[in-house]
Amino acid sequence: MDTSRNALEIMDLTVAYHNKPVLWDVDLSVPEGILLAIVGPNGAGKSTLIKAVLGLVPAAAGQVLVYGKPYPEQRPLVAYVPQRGSVDWDFPTNALDVVMMGLYGKVGWIRRPGKNERKLALDSLHKVSMADFADRQISQLSGGQQQRVFLARALVQDASLYLMDEPFAGVDATTERAIIDLLRELRSAGKTVIVVHHDLQTVTQYFDWMMLLNVRRITSGPVEQVFTEENLHRAYGGKIAFLSSSSSPPAEE
Amino acid sequence: MTPEQIEIILIAVVVAGNCALVGTFLVLRKMAMVSDAIAHSILFGIVVMFFYTRSLASLPIIAAATLTGVFTVVMVEGLVKTRLVKEDAAIGIVFPALFSIGVILINRYAATVHLDTDVVLLGELAFTPFDRLMIAGHDMGPRALWLAGMVGIANLTFIALFFKELKLVIFDAGLAASLGFSPLVVHYGLMSLVSVTAVSSFEAVGSILVVALMIAPPASAYLLTDRLGLMLILGPAIGGISAVAGYFMAFILDASIAGSMASVTGIFFTAVLFFAPQRGLVSLMRRRRRQRLQFAGEMLLVHLSRHLGQPEEMEESSIEHIGRHLRWEENFGKRVISHLLHQSLVRLNAQKDRLLLTERGKTLAEERLGN
Repeated sequence: MDTSRNALEIMDLTVAYHNKPVLWDVDLSVPEGILLAIVGPNGAGKSTLIKAVLGLVPAAAGQVLVYGKPYPEQRPLVAYVPQRGSVDWDFPTNALDVVMMGLYGKVGWIRRPGKNERKLALDSLHKVSMADFADRQISQLSGGQQQRVFLARALVQDASLYLMDEPFAGVDATTERAIIDLLRELRSAGKTVIVVHHDLQTVTQYFDWMMLLNVRRITSGPVEQVFTEENLHRAYGGKIAFLSSSSSPPAEE
Repeated sequence: MTPEQIEIILIAVVVAGNCALVGTFLVLRKMAMVSDAIAHSILFGIVVMFFYTRSLASLPIIAAATLTGVFTVVMVEGLVKTRLVKEDAAIGIVFPALFSIGVILINRYAATVHLDTDVVLLGELAFTPFDRLMIAGHDMGPRALWLAGMVGIANLTFIALFFKELKLVIFDAGLAASLGFSPLVVHYGLMSLVSVTAVSSFEAVGSILVVALMIAPPASAYLLTDRLGLMLILGPAIGGISAVAGYFMAFILDASIAGSMASVTGIFFTAVLFFAPQRGLVSLMRRRRRQRLQFAGEMLLVHLSRHLGQPEEMEESSIEHIGRHLRWEENFGKRVISHLLHQSLVRLNAQKDRLLLTERGKTLAEERLGN
């Protein structure tokens, strides 16, 4: 298979905390232009997978290629949306400034962002309907608004591959709607979006591909092929409520 | 004022400004106590080099002490990484170890020279004008002023150059790393600045009060603004004002200058804590009271509108009944009612014993019930 055409190629990736594997020999091929949900129970290593792709956690083994090359060579092609709770929203700055941070990579060391960056950031806030809040201190934004600021920050990077860590967590219905519209827009622009997702109910509705992860990769592929009772059972074990009627025992690997 | 006094005030202002500038980033990084650790442990580096140079304001001492400061941070982080010790405990283990070795070295070997434990703890600002910088026989001014000035310029340069990087790393280290800005480099750059600043302030204010100057002014500024740029100006300004005020307080009380300066930063913070325009406790309390009154008013409107046109309306809308049934204290109930009357959301009937909803009041009650 010609892997260089894939937006993301993960091969034999293992991430461990000492001798406790968090990700265990994970393979994943993500073709260009899809919306992929990474789904799995708590502690399955979903966020770790994204962080390992970005080099934020060291890999014990394995390799990650972004459009055929290691991530450090492809930084401008990748945008990252961390979990909203990972930053201090009391930090003294406003929404526009946070969005401009997405451009710091392009601006480079020492140089300051200028008028052009301001304009790009404002456009980006506009896309998530947050332009009116550009000057608002970030602690005064609601959770959903904060999440949209984070999305705007990723949008402004104008990347090809977007990695988002639980963008739907704890947001209001309006924001959820806005995010999903945005994801679809990105897809029609030929971008690839990988989202850590928690809500099994909406996976089929929002995404076209999914990966089931529970330390190991259970399976991945188009949603209609992956989203089966048997696969979900393999990922979640007996812990999943709406599958309680299932008669099939958890499959062994 | 004598030239010495002016020099002392100048040194105090520059030292306080330096401390507040780097302290701003410590406060934002939630690493305030690291300033304590660094300020103490640098004593080790200072003492060791002092035996060679015999002057506090000299380059070898600054270099050695800065290294000790950074080494302290490395040690603390190393200990935390083992996961056998938590961060606060790690700080509490590392810096007293280095500090105590420094104290013993002073006692054993430096008893005869101008470096004693009092100076180490509290500094001696009053003596700083006596240590002059002489270049080719010319008196260039107090050495401490030159030192603090140079460090100030270094701090300003670093922060001006790396403002964006500092902001990014402190706000979102994950994004910083993914964009290729090493949080580690920025972190140790900042730790070096804190160490250099602590060393340069050492002679003036000692190792305990440095902490007050590094933390209290930025913590005050944090309550006064929500813009980082402004915080970086306000913090040093508050530090500088505290230094001047502290000097005169010391003069009046005939007490330690450094102690007075640090006290003033504390007084300043306390004042800001209570009276900051938006985040101060007083304005917070006012806002809560107002919200409570407003919410109570809305509850009363909803109560009135729910019984509107019902058989029990007469009774439910009587002021006497409201007082009993909503279980509000008499004064509070009166305030709520007068608040509603004032906003013409309700009016009194002719006998002045019942509340009637106005059109506006009805609309508002329906809105509140709606969501």
